[in-house]
Amino acid sequence: MSNRGVETPFRRVAADFAESRLAVAGLVTLILILIVAIGAPLVSPQNPYDLATLDIMDSKLPPGGQSLDGMTFWLGSDDQGRDMLSAIFYGLRISLGVGTLATVCALAIGLTVGLIAAWFGGWVEAVIMRLVDLQLSFPSILIALVLLASLGQGVDKIVIALITVQWAYYARTVRGAALVERNKEYIEAATSLALPTSRILFNHLLPNVLPPLIVIATVQVAHAIALEATLSFLGLGMPITSPSLGLLIANGFTHLMSGKYWISLYPGIALLATIVSINLVGDQLRDVLNPRLQK
Amino acid sequence: MVVFITRRVLQSVIALLVMSALIFIGVFAIGNPIDILINPQADQAEIARATAALGLDQPMWVQYWEFLRHAVTGDLGRSFSQNMPAVQLIFERMPATVELALCAMLFAIVLGVPLGLVAGIKPDAWYSKTIMAGSIFGFSLPTFWVGLMMIMVFSVYLGWLPSTGRGHTTQLFGIPVSFLNWDGITHLMMPALNLALFKLSLLIRLTRSGTREAMLQDYVKFARAKGLPMRRIVGVHVLKNIMIPIVTVIGLEFGSLIAFAIVTETIFAWPGMGKLLIDSINVLDRPVIVAYVLIIVCLFVIINLVVDLLYSMLDPRVRLAEARA
Repeated sequence: MSNRGVETPFRRVAADFAESRLAVAGLVTLILILIVAIGAPLVSPQNPYDLATLDIMDSKLPPGGQSLDGMTFWLGSDDQGRDMLSAIFYGLRISLGVGTLATVCALAIGLTVGLIAAWFGGWVEAVIMRLVDLQLSFPSILIALVLLASLGQGVDKIVIALITVQWAYYARTVRGAALVERNKEYIEAATSLALPTSRILFNHLLPNVLPPLIVIATVQVAHAIALEATLSFLGLGMPITSPSLGLLIANGFTHLMSGKYWISLYPGIALLATIVSINLVGDQLRDVLNPRLQK
Repeated sequence: MVVFITRRVLQSVIALLVMSALIFIGVFAIGNPIDILINPQADQAEIARATAALGLDQPMWVQYWEFLRHAVTGDLGRSFSQNMPAVQLIFERMPATVELALCAMLFAIVLGVPLGLVAGIKPDAWYSKTIMAGSIFGFSLPTFWVGLMMIMVFSVYLGWLPSTGRGHTTQLFGIPVSFLNWDGITHLMMPALNLALFKLSLLIRLTRSGTREAMLQDYVKFARAKGLPMRRIVGVHVLKNIMIPIVTVIGLEFGSLIAFAIVTETIFAWPGMGKLLIDSINVLDRPVIVAYVLIIVCLFVIINLVVDLLYSMLDPRVRLAEARA
């Protein structure tokens, strides 16, 4: 960019964000995790789901153990002789993918519903908001469990469950922000120009309610990942063919009692690192994007 | 006040109806109960007879009405796998879950409030920062993974605590409880702490922010000017003022503790309602699933109602705002 020194909104946010070393560390960790997850086939020492590369003789090797053909299992191997490090990279990919997909869909639904509620008011708003209140009065895990119990298992079903659990948060936040914004002059100006409602909603109102949404979406991705891991651990989430981190941990649970800790421990640490780094970034974003805290 | 209570109770009844309809549609209408209820080798005539006997040939609203009529009298069907009324099965498992949840809440309060007070009085001290960092971990750590790690450390490596079951139970007013004998306590310790972890972090944060605000108030300055010892200022004046939000949150979070007990009970094989739910889902025992969900929904609606009513008694502003709305 040639206009150095000019304060663009993006540059201001970036500068404020960098003030917290912890948040920057979180962001760096998160980027590393993303690179590893996206490039899993390239960076993994082994394709953990290609049965030809697995050897049952290598099963349950402790961290740092060597396979018969000289490969080192830095984080040990599981009961199938699978390299844990590779399994974690692939698991991260699935966990992050499902979490992000569900959050983006829920965001789109919640955003639309919230904007409609705030704009039209009246009984439309009343019905939507009562529904939101009703849903938010129950813990997300309960709603997800009941849904999965009646829908059955599968990647698509878990995404549906995660969307159902999340949309209400966005709807409520968007409505709150939009109610404040709709009384401002620029909306009045747009209305008196007789612009179509959809254009006012999505081109004028939407950009102004985005900041709080970005914050919630960040934190909600972490929630979605943790919830998916929990459901998978309970045996109601991901099918055995797409082993997310939760499923890896569940698999290790059966070997925990015999002291083979690494099969559960390392996927758990990967999960923890992901959630903590997302939360750190989200916390700092909240402070940076909150106009009340601006100097 | 009467208007407020009536309205609030009416709202609760509507919430119950909506939830029961959703559950009914989800469990009975999406899946085909016939597939589960009768022998797969049955011929067409037999299927038709069973369908009529179970009332599944009726229109949806008739079926729902029948379901509701039975539900009100406490009849939610028999468990396929245990061959006993689903409601009875759940009530048998309830004491274990309630004991676990109460114990977890106690852990969270006994540890969380003092730690939050400490962190709120001296927010910049190193120990306060440690407490807050710890509470971030408490929020981020997935409950089920912490449970596994606890088993690994305390049961497998140290061998201090048993990892599964409820241990020996003692009868208290005819209800079996674990906390009255040592074996039961050792079994209760890990699951309760595991379940408490999330609420503990929540209470630390809540108490801390409340304390920070209260410490800046005039009544605290006045008490200090009077030369009252710090112990008395914090223990009496500050604590009294931050108690209202804390009590509300404790009340509201109790329901979510019972819901989250599903995870903890599965890990520690604690024989409560949550483990029953997971077992029932695994064998597709639908009457038990429906009964569990309806009982939990009732519980939530009642808790929310009680907390709202208590709150309106403690804080008249809430009542006025509701009455005007």
